[in-house]
Parts: sequence; structure tokens; C-alpha cells
Amino acid sequence: MSTAETRSGLRLWLWVPLALFAFFAGLAGYMLTQEKPEFVKSTMVGKPLPEFTLEPAFDGLPGASSSDFEGGKPRLLNIWASWCLPCIAEAPQLEALKEQGVEIIGIAIRDRPEDVARFLERHGNPYTRIGADAISAVQLELGSSGVPETFVIGADGTIRYQHIGDIRPEHIALLKAELEKAQ
Amino acid sequence: MIAEIGLAALWLAAALAVLQMISGAAALRAGDGSTHPLAIYARPAAIVQAVLAVLAFLMLLRAFAITDLSIKLVATNSHSMKPMIYKLTGTWGNHEGSMLLWVGVLALAGGLLAGLEKRLPERTMGATLAVQGFIALGFYAFLLFSSNPFERLPVPAAAGIGLNPLLQDIGLAIHPPTLYAGYVGLSVAFSLAMGALLTREVNPNFARAMRPWVLGAWVLLTLGITAGSYWAYYELGWGGWWFWDPVENASLMPWLAATALMHSVSVLAARDALRTWTIMLGVLAFSMSMLGTFLVRSGVLTSVHAFAVDPERGAFILALLLIYIGGAFTILALQASAVSEGKRFAAVSREGALVFNNVMLSAILAIVLLGTLYPLLAEAFDARVSVGPPYFNPASAIFAIPMFLVMAVGPLLRWKEDKPARVQFEMLLIAALLIATLAIVALAGDYPLLPVLGLGLAAALGVAAFLPLRGRKLSRVPTAVWGMVLAHFGVAVSLLGMASEGAFTEERLAAVAPGDTVEMGDWLITLDSVAPVAGPNWTAIEARVAARLGEGEAVTLTPQARNFWSPAQATSESALLTRWNGQLYAVIGAQTPDGRWQLRVWWKPFVTFIWYGGLLIALGGVLAIVGRVQVDVKRRKAAELGEERRADLAALTPEPAE
Repeated sequence: MSTAETRSGLRLWLWVPLALFAFFAGLAGYMLTQEKPEFVKSTMVGKPLPEFTLEPAFDGLPGASSSDFEGGKPRLLNIWASWCLPCIAEAPQLEALKEQGVEIIGIAIRDRPEDVARFLERHGNPYTRIGADAISAVQLELGSSGVPETFVIGADGTIRYQHIGDIRPEHIALLKAELEKAQ
Repeated sequence: MIAEIGLAALWLAAALAVLQMISGAAALRAGDGSTHPLAIYARPAAIVQAVLAVLAFLMLLRAFAITDLSIKLVATNSHSMKPMIYKLTGTWGNHEGSMLLWVGVLALAGGLLAGLEKRLPERTMGATLAVQGFIALGFYAFLLFSSNPFERLPVPAAAGIGLNPLLQDIGLAIHPPTLYAGYVGLSVAFSLAMGALLTREVNPNFARAMRPWVLGAWVLLTLGITAGSYWAYYELGWGGWWFWDPVENASLMPWLAATALMHSVSVLAARDALRTWTIMLGVLAFSMSMLGTFLVRSGVLTSVHAFAVDPERGAFILALLLIYIGGAFTILALQASAVSEGKRFAAVSREGALVFNNVMLSAILAIVLLGTLYPLLAEAFDARVSVGPPYFNPASAIFAIPMFLVMAVGPLLRWKEDKPARVQFEMLLIAALLIATLAIVALAGDYPLLPVLGLGLAAALGVAAFLPLRGRKLSRVPTAVWGMVLAHFGVAVSLLGMASEGAFTEERLAAVAPGDTVEMGDWLITLDSVAPVAGPNWTAIEARVAARLGEGEAVTLTPQARNFWSPAQATSESALLTRWNGQLYAVIGAQTPDGRWQLRVWWKPFVTFIWYGGLLIALGGVLAIVGRVQVDVKRRKAAELGEERRADLAALTPEPAE
């Protein structure tokens, strides 16, 4: 039953899977060596802060709106939540920034007033204002995809810098430098 | 001690894999008839290795059961406060544990193969076991050098970090192990294909030996995919049942290849045709399993299934892929020319239909593969794209539709050569059903094209699945044929579910206060109350939603928005109300600033048929295995009996009977 002509003829198609696989392996190998941005950078950096007005997140502090960032100096906009663990980790760093004279305005994501109050009582309150963003509306407008994130808002009301994830002690100097630049 | 026993077992198993490889290679090198002294070790090595790998897995299971916090993996993935069942499922709810499960199943499959398979020539068997050992060795190395599940912490942790809450679900208890068993079961088909290729023993006898393994792996894959789809459907709370996510595709691709392989191996067994093609599919199916593992584990693709992402591990698996897939395809290309083509057949024949559908399945596989890898390709050029249903659905439908049509007719055709006129009545019936259904649905309303076509095909296929039984005495139909009928009917049932869900789903998103009622189709949905509830390791906002169909009794659904505290994460627990003709699906969302609640409800007619169909397909596969094994055992018994009789006869002949 063997067919002499197919046997002698080079069965080129048999090399096709190998060629395709080689292409894939090359591509995958190349991609593995590439640095992968772990987080999604906001495209809003460099653009003016979008307009928003948020209710107070709890009774102790006023709410936040985009107009609170107007006038004179750069500020930090910190997106956080009482239910977020890294936010606890970054609390001391925010406290340190506050002590160095930085004004920090918070936006609490999907939070409850009593939880916000308890969190601040336990981990300190570095904020001058906290707005409540129950449905992540402002968070999404800012192009932020998670908590915590911190934005440097320039004196002119533009978003200058985005810090994704919790602020660690080594980030403080960086944020200070960005604040300087945003004068 | 637990960790040390597990680790020792893994090292020993790896050593045995080396022995298995050498011994198998020795069997291959020995000529026919002669035996190499080393060749006898391959089978025992495989069996003992299976015992050791399973032991290692059991040790890890035990560590999770008692929450041994001195083991890094347990500390980072478990928590003493978790319910027992989720402590156990947590064993494979992480990278290292699931790779250990992967390797355990691999060794088990190799052990079963070594213990059960007695029909193949020793040289082929030796080559097969050598390949199996070679694969296992690579994955042992991966576990031991880059993903050691038994690593100890220098100081035991005080409390565990916990298991991803999405994974704290009964779906996780069954879905990954089943899927893994299927994935890795295909390794046997791969090894057998390589063994047959190396010894050029590609013949019906080989196909009959390979078939139960392919069927078994295929059944497990089918069940795993079905369970996974249902898990995503109710656990993610998005109302969808298939997202074309890379991880889902990673399970679908081996299934497509295995489906093609299963049919082509049947052609090889029955007709001695499609030799090279069967070998190629055997290599391809397990290659897809390994590729899937790579895509999922290396993090080169972003997916909703956020697994441990580690480029070093990715590089390790990629190296394994290069060795195994690259090696197999190279041997295939070099060696396959030496395998003769096998028997010829006419275009209109059972084989013809099977080949056509094999090509269609391969085309769908190529489309899924392309869609899955395209983001990777685009990213190499710094473009971020995500490929979704708008690509996958129509592109795969182009090949799926002709495949379903041929699938309706194919089983009616005769082997080798047939005339379409012989099955004229059946073809007309199928066409009439298809056209009638399409006409009815088109008249009933304005629905999207693909679901409408799906409904028509489901109706035609549902009836066509039973046509092979026509004119046969039902009590004499072989079990394997029942398996085929059931599996093909399952495809129709599943297709009906998918199409119906696509065409007729009604959805309502509303902000409601307790006491408010919203209308959706014939359903009246009332939000009765919203109250906090607590579970063993979570708290939740639970809504009580009363659903009423017309004048009927109200049924209460309780969707929850859950907050887990170890680790902290919010999940949405959908609530389902199952009726025979569909499911009501409710999800509670966030509270709006004015105190109302976001309530999302769907009515999905016949959506459950998707998974019933999946179960039927798997059941069909089980019947096929039973049928094939029955016939095999009978054939072997008959052969033995014949030999005995001949021996008796030979013993009796010299002396005349009394």
C-alpha cells in the first residue's frame, strides 16, 4: 500500500508545524526578556485634573472637589480605601509627607463612613479633605486602576505624576522631587 | 517531616525517570527478538515513579490540611481559619501546588501506561516509556529547581496569607484537577505517537492501543472545560459563560486537538488510513497542553486568571517546550516520510467526512491559537491589543458551521466509498429541520445571526445524532456507537444552550431601593431587603430578591457582595434560580450615593443546556471507552481461547480420541 512517490517526495508540510513553533518560541522568548509594566499607567498624566465634587467620606473632614487643588501650591491626591491592606502599609509614609508640609487630599473608594473613621483613628490621618467615591467614578476619570494610587497635582491644576501602589519609605524623596517640579 | 518526605519522593521520582528513559531507550535500541538487559526496568520504574509522585502530592495535601505554616507555600496560600475543604483545594490553588499536581498526574499516567498496556511491540513500548520518562524528567526539574512546593520558611509564619477568594469555591475543588488529568493524560498519546514514529509501527494495532488513552484524556478535558465554564459563569458574576480568555483558550486548544485526534485515531484503527496525520495530532494535542501551561504560568499574556507571574519560570517552561515540542516536530518531519501513507479512500466516505472535520477542527484550533497569541505579537511591536469575542466568534463559526453540517451526515456514510444518493432521505430531513428552524426563528424576531444559525444547526444536529441508529436493532448496537450518538447529541444540546443564551437573553440593570420592583420580560423582580451577613472568613452585603414569573409564586434569591479579609478582596456571589427552561441570574452591586442598590438580573433561556451538553459529550466518551475496551477484551479472550483450542487439538491429535 505504500506510495513510492509520496515517500520520495519531500513532505514539506511536515516542517510547517516546526516552523510555526519556532516562530512562536522566538516571539515568546523575546517577550519574556522584555520588562513588563505591571500596572496600567494613566493617560491623564500631563492633562488638567478632571472636574469633580465628592461628598465627605465621613463626618470629621470636608469632602473633596477639583477646585480644592486650585491655588498656589502642588498637592497630593491619594486614592485609598479603608478595606485596602497596602493603604495601611503606606499610612506612615503619608504621615511623614504631611509632616514635611505636603497637603494630601484623599479620595476614599467604595467605603463606609464608620470604616473610614476607624481607619484614620488607627493608622493616622494625613488628609486635609477626603471625598467619598462610592462607585469609583472619579477614580476611573483619573485613569487609576487600583488602590492605593497617588497623584501629584501641580500648582496649575494639572496631573503631573502618578504613583501606583503603596508609597514605601524610598518613594518619599521621589514624590518630594515631583512636588518640587510641579511648583 | 512532611515536607522532607515529599521532597525526597520527588527527587527519587526524578531519578527513576532517568532510569525509565535509559531503560526505554535500551529497549528501542535492541533489535526485534533480542532484548537488552537494561530494558526490563522501564515498566517498574514508571510504576514506582507514579507512586512516589502521588506520595509527594499527598504530602503537600497533608501540609495544607494541617496548615503547616513552616512551609512557605502553605503560609502564602492558606489560612488556619479557612474551611477544611478550601484548605485542601488550596493545595492546587497556587503555582507550585498545581505544578506538583500536573507532575503527579503525568507520573500516574505513565505508571498506568506501563502497567496496563501489553499489546504493543516491546520496542515501541520501550520508546514510548522513554519519551514519557523524558517529559516527566523535565517537569521534575522544573519543580525542584524553580518551583519547589516544599520550601521551608526560616521562621514559621504566625498566620497564613490566605487563598484568593475567587478560588474559595467548590468549582475549584473539581475543575483544575479534572482539567489537569485531561491535559496531562494527553502526554500518553504524545509518548505513544513518538514511540510509534520512532519504531515506524504506525498501524491499526497501535491505534487501538492509543485510543482509550486519547478518549480518557478527552473525557476529562471535556468535563474540566464544562466545569470551568460553569465556575466562571456563577463565580465571576459577569453573566457570561465563555470569555475567550487566554486561560480558557489554553484549555480549549488541547481539547480541539484531542477531538480531532480521537476521530483520526478511529480512522487509523478501523481503516489503516491517516497514519501521519494521527501521529501529528498526537504530538499537537499534548504540545497544546504544554503551550497552555506555558501561557498561563509565564505571565507573557495578561489574563483575568491572575496567576503567579515569574519570567524565570516562564523561561524554564519555554526551554522545556523547545525541547519537547521542537524535538517532537523535528522527529516528525524527519521520520514521518518513512511512514507510508496508509490506505486510500474516496472523498465521499466516512473517512472523507472525518478528514473534513479534522481539518475544520484544526482550522478552529489555528484561529484560537492566533487570537490567543496575537496580543503577544502586537506587544512585541509595542501595541496593546486585546482580542475578544468579535474576532473569535465569527472566525471560528466560519469553520464550525460546515463542520456541524458534515458532522450531521458523516456518521451515516460508509467506510471507503459511498454515494450521496444512499443517504438522500437523511440529508433531506436534516436540511428541512435546519431551514424550518431558521425560518421560525427569523420570523419570531430580530436576533443576531450567529445564535440563529446555532439554533438551526442544533435542531438539525439533535435529530441527526440519532440517525445512525435508524434501521438497526437497538439491542445489538455496539456500546461505542451509543457513545458516538450520545456525544454528538450532547454537541447539539450544548449548541442549543449557547445559541439560545446568545439570542434570547434578557438583561436588566437597575438602581433599586428595598421594596422596588423591576420588570424583565415575564419576570417581576422585587428587592425585599439588604442586610449584612457573615461567613467563616468573609462578611457580605446580602440582598433578598423575590422573583415572580407572572402570577406565580415568588422565589427568593440571595446574591451577595462579599468581602474576604484573608486576603482582603471583594467578590460578587451571583444567585441563580434554575428552571428547566433557563436560569435567572442576579448580582448585587454597589450602593449608589442616594442609598439605592445596583441590581443586575438576567434571564437566560436554556443556558443550562450548555453544561448538560458538555456532560452528555463526556458520557458519550465514557461509553466509547467502555465499548472499545469490551471489544478488545473479547477479542483477546477469543484469541487466547483459539490458541488454547489449537494447543488442545495439537495435544489430542497424535492419539485417537476414545
